[in-house]
Amino acid sequence: MTLANIWFFLVALLLTVYVILDGFDLGVGVLYPFVARTEGEKRVARASIGPIWDGNEVWLISGAGAIFAAFPMVYAMTFSGFYLAIMLVLFGLILRAVSLEFRHKDEGWKRVWDGAFFLGSLVPSMLVGCALGNVIRGVPMDLRGDYTGTFLQLLNPYSLLVGVTGLFLIVTHGAAWLAVKSEGELHVRALRCRKITFWVFAVLAVATSAATILTVSRASDNVFGRPLGWFFLAVLAVALLYTIWQMTKVGGELKSFLGSAVIIIGLAGIAAVGNFPEIVPARGTPPETSLTIARTASGHLTLLVMLIVALIGCPIVLAYTALVYRTFRGKTKAADAEY
Amino acid sequence: MDAAMLARIQFAFTISYHFIFVPISIGVGMMVVLSEHRYYKSGIPADKAASNFWIKLFTATFAIGVATGITMEFAFGANWANYSRFVGNIFGAPLAAEGLLAFFLESTFLGVLLFGRKKVSRRFYYVSACLVWAGALLSALWIIIANSWMQTPQGYKIEGGRAVLTSFWAAAFNPSTAPRYFHTVASALLMGCFVVAGVCAWYMLKKRHLHFARQAMLWAISVGLVMALAMPLLGHWGALVAAEHQPVKVAAFENVTDTEDGATLWLFGWLTKNDDGTYDTHGIGIPKGLSLILHLNPDARVTGLDSVPAADRPPEPIVFQSYHLMIGLGMLFVLVLLLTLVMHYLKRLENARWLLWSLIACIPLALLAINMGWVSAEVGRQPWIVQGLMRTTDGISPAVSTGEIWTTLGLFGLIYLVLFVAWLRIFVGIIRKGPEDVVEMLEADKVGAPAPAGAGR
Ligand code: HDD
Ligand code: HEM
Ligand code: HEM
Repeated sequence: MTLANIWFFLVALLLTVYVILDGFDLGVGVLYPFVARTEGEKRVARASIGPIWDGNEVWLISGAGAIFAAFPMVYAMTFSGFYLAIMLVLFGLILRAVSLEFRHKDEGWKRVWDGAFFLGSLVPSMLVGCALGNVIRGVPMDLRGDYTGTFLQLLNPYSLLVGVTGLFLIVTHGAAWLAVKSEGELHVRALRCRKITFWVFAVLAVATSAATILTVSRASDNVFGRPLGWFFLAVLAVALLYTIWQMTKVGGELKSFLGSAVIIIGLAGIAAVGNFPEIVPARGTPPETSLTIARTASGHLTLLVMLIVALIGCPIVLAYTALVYRTFRGKTKAADAEY
Repeated sequence: MDAAMLARIQFAFTISYHFIFVPISIGVGMMVVLSEHRYYKSGIPADKAASNFWIKLFTATFAIGVATGITMEFAFGANWANYSRFVGNIFGAPLAAEGLLAFFLESTFLGVLLFGRKKVSRRFYYVSACLVWAGALLSALWIIIANSWMQTPQGYKIEGGRAVLTSFWAAAFNPSTAPRYFHTVASALLMGCFVVAGVCAWYMLKKRHLHFARQAMLWAISVGLVMALAMPLLGHWGALVAAEHQPVKVAAFENVTDTEDGATLWLFGWLTKNDDGTYDTHGIGIPKGLSLILHLNPDARVTGLDSVPAADRPPEPIVFQSYHLMIGLGMLFVLVLLLTLVMHYLKRLENARWLLWSLIACIPLALLAINMGWVSAEVGRQPWIVQGLMRTTDGISPAVSTGEIWTTLGLFGLIYLVLFVAWLRIFVGIIRKGPEDVVEMLEADKVGAPAPAGAGR
């Protein structure tokens, strides 16, 4: 295992944790206009993620920083190549961040902030999956490592399918969180939404798998040809069954929430194994234009310093994140929001 | 306009916008820590109300700081792909470290500040405030490390057309890191002091919350004066480093066209263009002053702009004016703060309306000074994106079209404008409302009932 390979999996891990943690925040935002009807319910929905969403978002910031440092060519290609999509994600995240902090301080514009919260959650939830779809499918590039396709090429059916699948996974994850944190009618509605979105996700996931096997055989061959691929497939299968089981039980909210977190781990693991040792494969351009780990990795010293930083930083971050989650455990009350 | 120019405009706009909220966050963050410390020690409701007030201003500002910071994180890959490929080895590392070692600290404990008042002990809450502020100071360190490496690169070698790290410590603590970090942080703390002093001045003008305002005012002007006096010293340190490593930048600060012995230090002035593309300075200056402050010798030699070809010189008028504006405002701040302190001890401050208004005016002026400082530092190093190694025009993203940059520039303009209006309304609204009524809070605490709206913290 070279340092560069370690970093490939570390980056995958950072991004996976991001999707698990910010995923439920974004999911709550997408559900917000549908499940939270009264002012009190809206307050609970926002307060259920209020103290933690910002910390969750930092996993994305650190993930992007880690790609920049460990695989500069990948950072440069994806962010400049997927330019408009990335900017839309950015605008979404900006609107969400501001709406969450401003909504309760600003009675006059509360409609505006409600809308911004929904849109700002919806757009990233959808586009992150689309980006992943393109990274699995591969994109056309030149030797310098620049994207050579068009914006519309990014919106191909396969990537859109992955995007919609991701959206429903995120929403079902968010609904589970909301069910854990809420009471009364909001709780009931969240549970109902969770059932619907979960089954839509399940159907879409089957379609995505079929599409991957049929159109991106490189990825599926990699997964089926490697023990680690089978491991993540097994994780996914167990997580799916466990989630379905817990969903049917009364009081299984927290466990089914953990279940969808493990589903995310399984899917992310499969995607990472499917691409390894390429990070972004070439499609429609010569194979040597592929952004492989070996070609794009930073120098040894950079990777080593970063590994030390990560080994010191991550445990500390996890420790105090756990502390803060513990502080805010239990059902969210409407009065909590009034800070 | 070509893609490079558009990308520069977009970067300059978004980073300057980010840096409206950063110094206010860092500066008011100090006030949050101070006032929360006071409440932690005393436990009395009036102190809690005061602290809550600063926390509200702080979190409203922090929110936009966070939102606009993500833009900057994405900007390098999106608009500066060639640059990112060239420097990623070195520049990416502090950015990643900033996330793991600073942003997590800030944003995790920010959650406690926002929602924890009723859930955690007074001590936990106070420690959280300290950690949020510590996170902000640390994040400033990492980003200044990254930026300083672009000004005075060290600890690298060029290999296969990219910069590769050879020594982490040499790269991180390159010559300009320390002076620029302290100068920047001091400017942010000064900013915070002006926000606090301005708010208090307004209450004094309106004769409201006087008890609260008197107390906070004294803190703000004492710390502010220390910072204002430190600015020239720290700035001078930076100028010495720049004179050694980026002599062309310093030459542009004072428009030293030809290398000369006994160069002038300009107090203010304007530039007129000559036929050969150089500029003449007109204004008031101290003869031999620049040589004196840089080398402690009035006749020392100062490198001029003629030491490099015309294509390697920054746009002189912008650099000259922004630099002198920063310094002029710095002098003004010292004056205003000194006067305020004197009037305070003469017990005449609350009736000196002109002085109170000047303190309020210092809030936007301090923001102006700070951004002028960045313009001098950043435009002063042009045409280099990494001093001596890569030109700004070579750093762009070949895959991004001008149409795409125009589109996003327009959207940034629109969204940022709306956010600014919203922030200003909320910020002013919080100030209008003022610290919570202490009597009301006491009642709420006694009954143990949920606090009335807006008084719960
Ligand atoms: C000297 C200080 C300083 C400078 C020069 C910059 N920032 Fe900043 N940034 C901060 C000081 C700061 C801060 C004080 O830490 C902020 C502002 C308010 C806040 O929430 O944190 C912040 C927030 C912030 C965030 C959000 C963090 C979060 O979610 O908690 C990101 C991603 C960045 N910044 C990234 C950048 C980048 C990539 C910059 C360079 C181009 C940059 N900042 C310049
Ligand atoms: C936060 C305060 C900052 C301000 C107000 C600021 C301001 C500016 C301005 C006005 C320019 C335009 C110069 C020109 O085009 O002639 C510029 C350029 C640039 N700055 Fe900064 N800067 C800041 C911090 C940073 C930091 C922290 C970094 C990197 C870590 C950075 C990286 C760059 C880069 C890459 C450019 C080149 C793009 C360009 O020329 O526009 N800046 N900055
Ligand atoms: C009063 C005397 C001052 C002097 C002699 C001074 C000097 C300098 C110098 C030489 C630089 C460029 C450093 C470099 O590029 O390497 C600089 C940058 C800067 N200045 Fe000042 N300055 C002064 C006052 C102020 C004031 C009052 C503020 C704001 C309140 C301020 C804010 C800044 C900022 C934010 C930067 C950019 C960051 C940096 O490069 O350090 N300065 N200053």
